[in-house]
Amino acid sequence: MVKIVEKRQLTPITKLYRVYAPLIAKAARAGQFVIVRVREGGERIPLTITDYDRDSGLLTIVVQEVGATTRRLGELQQGEEILDMVGPLGEAPDIPSGGHIVGVGGGYGSAALLCLMRELKDRGENTTIIMGAREKDLLILSDELNEICDHVEICTDDGSAGFKGFVTERLQQMIDGGPPGPPDYVIAIGPMAMMRAVEKTTRAAGIANAASLDPLMIDGTGMCGGCRVTVGGETRFACVDGPFFDAHEVDFDEAVSRSKMYVKQEQKAAACQRSAAGAA
Amino acid sequence: MPVKRADKTPMPVREANLRAHDFEEVNEGYCFAHAMFEAERCLRCQDPVCIDGCPVRVPIADFMHAVAAGDMPKAAELLRTANPLAAICGRVCPQEAQCEANCHMTKRFGPVAIGHLERYVSDWEMEQPINDEVAKPWRDEKIAIVGSGPSGLVCAGELARMGYTVTVFEALHAPGGVLRYGIPEFRLPNSILDWEIQSLERLGVEFVNNVIIGKTLKLEQLFGEMGYKAIFIGTGAGLPKFMGIPGESLNGVYSANEFLTRINLMQAFDFPRSETPLSVGKRVAVIGSGNTAMDAVRSALRLGAEHAMVVYRRSENEMTARIEEYEHAIEEGVEFHWLTNPIEVLGEDGWVTGLKCLRMELGEPDESGRARPVPIEGSEFIFPVDNVVLSIGTRPNPLLHKATPELKTHSWGGLLVDERQVETTVHRVYAGGDAVTGAATVILAAGAGKRAAEAIHADLSVDREKSATN
Repeated sequence: MVKIVEKRQLTPITKLYRVYAPLIAKAARAGQFVIVRVREGGERIPLTITDYDRDSGLLTIVVQEVGATTRRLGELQQGEEILDMVGPLGEAPDIPSGGHIVGVGGGYGSAALLCLMRELKDRGENTTIIMGAREKDLLILSDELNEICDHVEICTDDGSAGFKGFVTERLQQMIDGGPPGPPDYVIAIGPMAMMRAVEKTTRAAGIANAASLDPLMIDGTGMCGGCRVTVGGETRFACVDGPFFDAHEVDFDEAVSRSKMYVKQEQKAAACQRSAAGAA
Repeated sequence: MPVKRADKTPMPVREANLRAHDFEEVNEGYCFAHAMFEAERCLRCQDPVCIDGCPVRVPIADFMHAVAAGDMPKAAELLRTANPLAAICGRVCPQEAQCEANCHMTKRFGPVAIGHLERYVSDWEMEQPINDEVAKPWRDEKIAIVGSGPSGLVCAGELARMGYTVTVFEALHAPGGVLRYGIPEFRLPNSILDWEIQSLERLGVEFVNNVIIGKTLKLEQLFGEMGYKAIFIGTGAGLPKFMGIPGESLNGVYSANEFLTRINLMQAFDFPRSETPLSVGKRVAVIGSGNTAMDAVRSALRLGAEHAMVVYRRSENEMTARIEEYEHAIEEGVEFHWLTNPIEVLGEDGWVTGLKCLRMELGEPDESGRARPVPIEGSEFIFPVDNVVLSIGTRPNPLLHKATPELKTHSWGGLLVDERQVETTVHRVYAGGDAVTGAATVILAAGAGKRAAEAIHADLSVDREKSATN
């Protein structure tokens, strides 16, 4: 059981939790993730570590409600407990020093970039984050990221804040020499479609690009093989070999297809959850 | 007919056409009369060679005498002293290749049903009133067990009985290792495993779930700030092998580990009440012929597959599953395709549609001593299938030794141990079970856990004396 010390509503469907998980907070490194289970009979789902504080033993996670389990998690309040949490899982990414490092975060992906960008900043890197959302109200943690990164580039689909357009369009402007300058290394975290689009952009420009993959997984220790992704023609497990991979080597078509494996069942589970809520 | 000339008393089982649709236990267990009769079949050999077939050397002859005399407390005591996981081993041990293979009755009338009696006596034990008192450790030393599979459970139990403070760390949210995530309820009900774990808790063993040694905590933290004096690694062989054939990443292809974990640990059979989904179609092909393959194919049948098939490149003779599982699978309607080698998984729109195979014939023996399957030219054909489950073996998980470079392994991943077969290349870190041997049986892991407990006790006793004289 892991106690929720603080809950913040970032957007109508995105919540930030600070939980007391001293062992995980002590061992965590930027870019790693945890697996949580919310109730008996519930799924195990991976969540990226947004931040950690070794002294207080607090771990920050951000949850976007997309399925039955994340919705259930979103209902938990400050003072309540998360049934199971295990981690830190996966490997921290190995990001080369020097040059202009650009993080591209879509939706909840911006949260996943938070402690990674701070670690890079502490290392003395020149950092920029491009964060995208549909509209202004869906942008998350922009104040926190503003403190950490040298440049914060905001993109919204409707132009309600920052640049009007997709993160990839803003990225292309930078590659073409627009401020704050062309990237030497790009880290993409967000929805699979966004990471794929970022990869296309960086590939055309010949820029190194890491992507953090979050396929379906159960144990997170390499035991089930459900999170397998094809990288450079080889089968790799995102849980133990990842979550970061060279985006140019990732078979995104396959990864997207595998991420949709249980769409039907997820709809059924969601309907079941709604009718249960209705009954209550 | 005299008892000594009677055939082996068959295990009562549930009707095949009923049990093939649920996850309730297949075997019903002997009743008292069965047990008395069967124990009476024992020839009381002067030299009971059955014991030599048992990896943990259960005193089978004495045990038989106790059962035949109706002295169940004594029988249970004899059993549990030698085999702390008797209720489990009575259900999952390959007795036909161990104790029962050596029985002098085997040739003419069939062996004495040692396994069935082991189960009978353990089941009797489980029905007895329990003393709720939790034992207090009386020694100062704390010992950490990494992994709560069979070797870890046995090692923990033995050390707790010797008075040590024992903590078992488990990576998943429930203890039991492969007994929990791998073996289905119809063969080993979770209630049996829970009972074994509760018995260990009463011995004073503490279970800590959701902690991955090598990730959450490092070995040096266990020794340092946490003050453990010895560590036992029983992390098993949980890393699934894939075949490396095209199409393995199509939707609908599972490793047997994933397939069984979704069902056993995550209870996907109860979807959507339990929220972990599983996609089982009408035609399911399981590749492999071990116990795990049987567990997977029989689970597929129970989840609605109309054609649940085993596809294996060798023949029936080379099959590695327990004979009982094979027989039960046939009774339940599992289809077996021997001498059939899958070469490609075919798909459409990202989903499995078929399995392309080659017919094989047996040639000269290979390095394993078994006849080598050789492809028959031009025999390629396609099975239309909705799912493919790969059950072609597992390797030890590299997670812990990746985080602990001093922990040396064989090239295939098994942990290196000393001449006593217990201590690793790190001082006071011991290992046993599949993490050392590669995938093997519950009873061999149990034996290794017991051996390690004895070595830990001996080594810590030496350490204790040394520090007393210094």
